[in-house]
Amino acid sequence: MSDPITRPGVGAQRDSVDPAAVEEKPEGVTPSAISRLGERKKARLDALAQASADKGGVSLVRDAFRRLRRNPVAIFGAVIVGLFVLVAIFAPLLAPHDPAQRFDELTKNLTVDNIPGASSDFPLGSDPLGRDFLSRMIYGSRQTLFVGVVATLIGLGLGVLIGALAGAFGGWIDNILMRLTDVMLALPALLLAISLVAMASRSSQWTVIFAVAIVNVPIFARLLRGSMLAQRESDHVLAARALGVKQGSIVLRHMLPNAMTAVIVQATLTLSTAILEAASLSFLGLGDPDINRAEWGLMLGVDGQRYFEVRPELAYYPAVAIIVVALGFTLLGEGMREAIDPKNRR
Amino acid sequence: MLRVIVRRLLQLVVTLIALSALIFIWLRNLPGGPIEALLGERATPERRALLTKALGYDQPILVQYAKFMQRVLTGNFGNSIRTGDPVTEVIGRAFPATIELALAAMIIAVGLGVPLGYLAARHRGRLLDNLSIAGTLLGISIPIFFLGYLLKDVFTQNIHWFPPSGRLSTGVDNTNVTGFFVLDGLLTREFDATADALWHLILPAFTLATIPLAVIVRITRASVLDVLNEDYVRTAEAKGLRHKTIRGRHILRNALLPVVTTIGLQTGALLSGAVLTEKVYNWGGLGTLITDSISGGRDYPVLQTLILLAALVFVVVNLLVDLSYAFIDPRVRVR
Repeated sequence: MSDPITRPGVGAQRDSVDPAAVEEKPEGVTPSAISRLGERKKARLDALAQASADKGGVSLVRDAFRRLRRNPVAIFGAVIVGLFVLVAIFAPLLAPHDPAQRFDELTKNLTVDNIPGASSDFPLGSDPLGRDFLSRMIYGSRQTLFVGVVATLIGLGLGVLIGALAGAFGGWIDNILMRLTDVMLALPALLLAISLVAMASRSSQWTVIFAVAIVNVPIFARLLRGSMLAQRESDHVLAARALGVKQGSIVLRHMLPNAMTAVIVQATLTLSTAILEAASLSFLGLGDPDINRAEWGLMLGVDGQRYFEVRPELAYYPAVAIIVVALGFTLLGEGMREAIDPKNRR
Repeated sequence: MLRVIVRRLLQLVVTLIALSALIFIWLRNLPGGPIEALLGERATPERRALLTKALGYDQPILVQYAKFMQRVLTGNFGNSIRTGDPVTEVIGRAFPATIELALAAMIIAVGLGVPLGYLAARHRGRLLDNLSIAGTLLGISIPIFFLGYLLKDVFTQNIHWFPPSGRLSTGVDNTNVTGFFVLDGLLTREFDATADALWHLILPAFTLATIPLAVIVRITRASVLDVLNEDYVRTAEAKGLRHKTIRGRHILRNALLPVVTTIGLQTGALLSGAVLTEKVYNWGGLGTLITDSISGGRDYPVLQTLILLAALVFVVVNLLVDLSYAFIDPRVRVR
């Protein structure tokens, strides 16, 4: 453990030390993000060594990525997310039936109180309209991913625009933009989303996506502004300024890329809340009105709610899917946050 | 300190004015316009013209906004489109129900969250810690309305421990004094009503507490872990101070600052969560009111007032939390 300190300047030393840190964990305890006492201590010592070795050192992003790869919890999250994306991509190959098709075998005996359960042809049974529930679950991954990713990207884009303008220019621009985010933050997330949806004359998938996206704009904006401000005073920006680099170039090439890490971590966490918020809107009757669209939040919020007493599976499957995916994004996001945490880097 | 308070108050006023302006603009741009929202699509042109004039919509926009603000400040928010009752009355009836629910949830979240977070930190890496981390992760990943249905199914259908919905059993006599049913029972010495109200409160409160509880456990745990590494804790231990003293004076006192901030921020989660929880348990508070004002033909006067009210509550609670720092942390006072 004292090795990196007595022999600073050996950048590769980190790799030879850290596997031991992972193994050092007491047996019988499940690895968890925060139970890595030994590893943290070592990371700090390593960071000390790193600080003196930094001249020829590794880039911060690569360093963080290396730490991320060694975090079993983050890997677990990444695996969940990976599987989810794979299912979404290959949905047409995986699903046994067309998710929108109503089957005679299923509609034959279908009533409000009797929704056919599992059979060999339809492993998860029927949905309330006589469609194959398994296929709808599989296709649901696509729409759920779509809603989550698009809402997050829109929120991220607008938030980054506002945050970058505020952080780059400061002064009255900063002041006005931040008051704007204050107004948005003055409303709790779901209430803001509700009022945005209520504003639209007709709800559609896009009203849901926009409502969820707008809720996240002030969060991204504030986060980016904060790290931009920190960047403004940092050595490399001062150096660039001293060298006479143009203001626009400093902002775009020196400040923004370095300030983005925190925002990207936040985006990963937002993917999880976006999916949950979309489900909440569906539950409140403000979701996507398209009954043919298979999306987990919609399935849980509408049919899952309506038929909970008749056939709770209609709620259980999409709920479990949402929980697992939300958990996956959260674990991955937290792992990323830990990896870029200056406390672990220093 | 006084300057900080004044600055924060000014900021708050600016925020609220901006929000009220946005709401005003929103109302003016309703699908079909405000007149249509009030009269419906098939009103005759004469009636529309009459109402337009009566409500002053033919006047310049700034005049309209001034009048709108004047009404808001005098507490006149118009009448509900659905019931025709004054908005203040409609909201006044629902308000105590939500506050009661939110307070109960907060008591659960803080009462369980802080000790659990502390214990998790003290037993870092052990079973209790890992369990609580897993629990908090699950807590923030589960759609709370689904959790509500699940709890309702288990505790009211399978085992009949709690009532499935509402705030009081039918037949329980309750004298309405404040609208807070638990408090009313105590005030009027109708203790059976208090017990019944509490009995109805437990499941919804636990459902609503889920997210704040998870967040408070995590923040407390992280914060206690930070403090445990501090030199002054080691010094206190080296001095041989009693465990209880170290815990109270050195660890918790310092670790709870971030927790207090979190409690303020969680007011938002409570207000959002109340909308979902109240729908699950048919609670009849502000959350139910919001849902009803949207789904039963949009009741804009009620909706806009609710939104302003929610913002006011959220902003004021967070201001109070910030100000409370001065009492908890002497360093803030000096600055």
